[in-house]
Amino acid sequence: MAARLWHFKGGLHLPDHNAMSMAMPVREANIPRHLVLPLQQHIGNRAEPVVDVGDQVLKGQLIARAEEYVSAPVHASSSGTVIAIEERPVPHPSGQAAPCIVIETDGADAWCEREAHRGHYSDLDPSALRNIIRKAGIVGLGGAGFPSFIKLNPGPAREIDTLILNGSECEPYITCDAMLMPERAREIVEGLLIMRHAVHARHCKIGVEDNKPEAISALREALGNEEAGFIEIVEIPTLYPVGGEKQLIKVLTGREVPSNGLPLDVGIVCHNVGTAAAVQRAVVHGEPLISRNVTITGDAVGRPTNLNVRFGTPISELLAQCEVDTEGLQRLVMGGPMMGIALHDDAAPVIKTTHCILATRKAPGAAGAMPCIRCGQCAEVCPVRLLPQQMYWYAKAREFDKVQDYNLFDCIECGCCSYVCPAHIPLVQYYRYAKTEIWAKEKEKQKADAARERHEFHQYRQEREKQEKEERHRKKREQLKKARGEGGESKADAKQAAIEAATQRVKAKRSQQQVTPKNTDNHTDEQKRAITEAHERRARIREAKDTPESSSEEPK
Amino acid sequence: MKFEQVPSSPHLAGATSITRVMLTVVAALVPGIAAWVLFFGAGVVVNLVIAVLTALAAETLMLRMRGRPLLPFLSDGSAVVTAMLLALALPPLAPWWLVFLGTAFAMVVAKHLYGGLGYNPFNPAMAGYAMLLIAFPLEMTAWLPPAAPGDADLTVADHLRYAFTGALPGGASWDALTMATPLDTVKTELGAFQTVGEITAASPHLFGSFAGAGWEWVNLMFLAGGLWLIYKRVITWHIPVAFLGALTLMATLFYLGDPGRFPSPLFHLFSGAAILGAFFIATDPVSGATTLRGRLIFGAGIGVLVYLIRTWGGYPDGVAFAVLLMNTAVPTIDYYTQPRVFGQNNE
Repeated sequence: MAARLWHFKGGLHLPDHNAMSMAMPVREANIPRHLVLPLQQHIGNRAEPVVDVGDQVLKGQLIARAEEYVSAPVHASSSGTVIAIEERPVPHPSGQAAPCIVIETDGADAWCEREAHRGHYSDLDPSALRNIIRKAGIVGLGGAGFPSFIKLNPGPAREIDTLILNGSECEPYITCDAMLMPERAREIVEGLLIMRHAVHARHCKIGVEDNKPEAISALREALGNEEAGFIEIVEIPTLYPVGGEKQLIKVLTGREVPSNGLPLDVGIVCHNVGTAAAVQRAVVHGEPLISRNVTITGDAVGRPTNLNVRFGTPISELLAQCEVDTEGLQRLVMGGPMMGIALHDDAAPVIKTTHCILATRKAPGAAGAMPCIRCGQCAEVCPVRLLPQQMYWYAKAREFDKVQDYNLFDCIECGCCSYVCPAHIPLVQYYRYAKTEIWAKEKEKQKADAARERHEFHQYRQEREKQEKEERHRKKREQLKKARGEGGESKADAKQAAIEAATQRVKAKRSQQQVTPKNTDNHTDEQKRAITEAHERRARIREAKDTPESSSEEPK
Repeated sequence: MKFEQVPSSPHLAGATSITRVMLTVVAALVPGIAAWVLFFGAGVVVNLVIAVLTALAAETLMLRMRGRPLLPFLSDGSAVVTAMLLALALPPLAPWWLVFLGTAFAMVVAKHLYGGLGYNPFNPAMAGYAMLLIAFPLEMTAWLPPAAPGDADLTVADHLRYAFTGALPGGASWDALTMATPLDTVKTELGAFQTVGEITAASPHLFGSFAGAGWEWVNLMFLAGGLWLIYKRVITWHIPVAFLGALTLMATLFYLGDPGRFPSPLFHLFSGAAILGAFFIATDPVSGATTLRGRLIFGAGIGVLVYLIRTWGGYPDGVAFAVLLMNTAVPTIDYYTQPRVFGQNNE
């Protein structure tokens, strides 16, 4: 029985280049001499180290703890000695270094003690399951890296009717899930059952593109009779970007996740198949997330393949293992060719969100950009139904309000528009630029607001002190009067009320003026990270300013 | 190993370019041009050559003056397409300066003074055509009569000589050689209270089996080229279908009301510039609407205007004016026809 499918508008049929990296089964990557484990490999707050330089660590041992809610712990991915906790190159579009724990491996690869759950997962209540998943450091392995336990916590108010596993790797070249599904089909199904228990979902769907027939048949075979009653393996058309969460949900259920909402809003939770396998390892075997499948591919790679790579393994080691022609190597991309980030340095390590390393010889799109001829091809392929050329026009003119009117923040940066543009305009780059500028402006605005707030508070305090002084004087006078015989009704209460009213008015006005960026919920992980960082910075600034000695001075 | 180039994604690009788009349009025009030569002689080829050379010269001059790089813009093919579309709208027996002036106006005024490729609010070819029609109405409305296929009276050499010296072979007079187009004839005679049936009966050589003689074939070939453009995804179906649909609808309504006073929809579709206009001119991306719903409105607006101008206006054909008028409405149309964004305003 073929399941009913829906469509999303737009999208691209791209040559998939999948076969090259699927010739061999997944192998283990070599243990590198040094593992470089960034404290931030996920969306949210960075983890805090719990080891010191010189400590011996075992494989699977916790080395950095998640202190905030939106965060994920980091575990040692092999045994060895912590030799440094310092800034190292990480895979980030900025190319800036970030704090990492560096472990010199001892080659023994000795596990720490694993706490496997002995009984059946269904003995555990959802919050205990979420806790295991949280402690195992599991984040979305599809590329976003959002801590998985949060997505498994819909809250009491919301009912989840469908739990979806995303098995569609729609970007060309990437095959890590295509390899994972046939090889670890049962683990994925068990992971799905555990997640289902955690969110009390009625139905489950695993969406796999029709260019992965092995994965589909393996998953179907892995289903038990009873499980087949509520788990559906759905073959979906291969159309980029069907692997995008909102696009996949639309195709599988016909529901559109609201523009600034979450799948939860339409009763759905969506996870990647790799995440499900990691959940199974964590709950059944007590293993934290310390490695993942990574596709190493591209025309500069001598032996393209999939490797199971320990987090922290420098990408240069993988290039060596896959015989990458470093002479001809021009571009190194983490992720796929449509949305991946170009790396500044091959010393950057594999992290939890690294699903693919793409090493290419020649840089495409060398032709210079021409003016937009308004052909509208970009709008035809946009999966979000935006008008990319209008957004480009206003982004270029720095009319950021207008760009937002054209729903800039709904853009998922899938790159379809840039791909088809006959004028070779780097459209996505313009949208990133506009988003960055808008965030920067917002930051400025908040800074100014904070300054004004301080100033107003300062004035209010002076006023209050003056008032209190008067009050004291009045009381004294009254007492004197009383002592003399008669006391009169004071007008201080009225004055107090007037001041109160004035401050209220100012506050109300301020809250009206506060500008919030529109539909900012479709952020990619870097953007979310950037926002979190900005918030932190702001908080720090505010803290610093709230201290009395610095309150009079203000940075101009 | 460090990398100098760290461009932003996507790291793939499709095999497309403006040049490729424009050359596809040129290729799609070829069958129609061939039919034209067959029925009306080689004059159109002379016009095409003069127009293309003028356009490239004007483009070069303007790029120089504006300090823009020559190679990418000369090779984008847009000047050639503009020149060809204008030349195809001109009468086949035309003096060189007519073609030259129209093309130069299209390139210099309608295109470059507005900012060049991608910035012109008006269709340059139609702006050039409209200027010529207003300034030189006599030269613009006299056409050669259709000949039997391959039996045109004038050779290429005759056309060249006429274009540059004004001399016609055998001292023939221009008036004797040229005559009005079918659309023009119908309009004039209807004005003299003839019925459509009487008009076609009076000039059998001018009218073919369902539209103007010769014109029907030329337009069928343009239609074939236009359909191929849709197949090649250079244009979408919206503008041609809306344009021709609106024109057909208008023509059918009036034709059914009074077939004696209003020519048939087929005559309207295949006699003038409707087909060429619908597939090649109104689909100019720069000056046309870009949203899909907007294209439907834009196309339908042109179709209605063409019928109004042809039937009640001052000119026998109305494609150029209809397109220019709708060009002015494009920003408004685009603004009010934005598609519903994914996940927004769900019912």
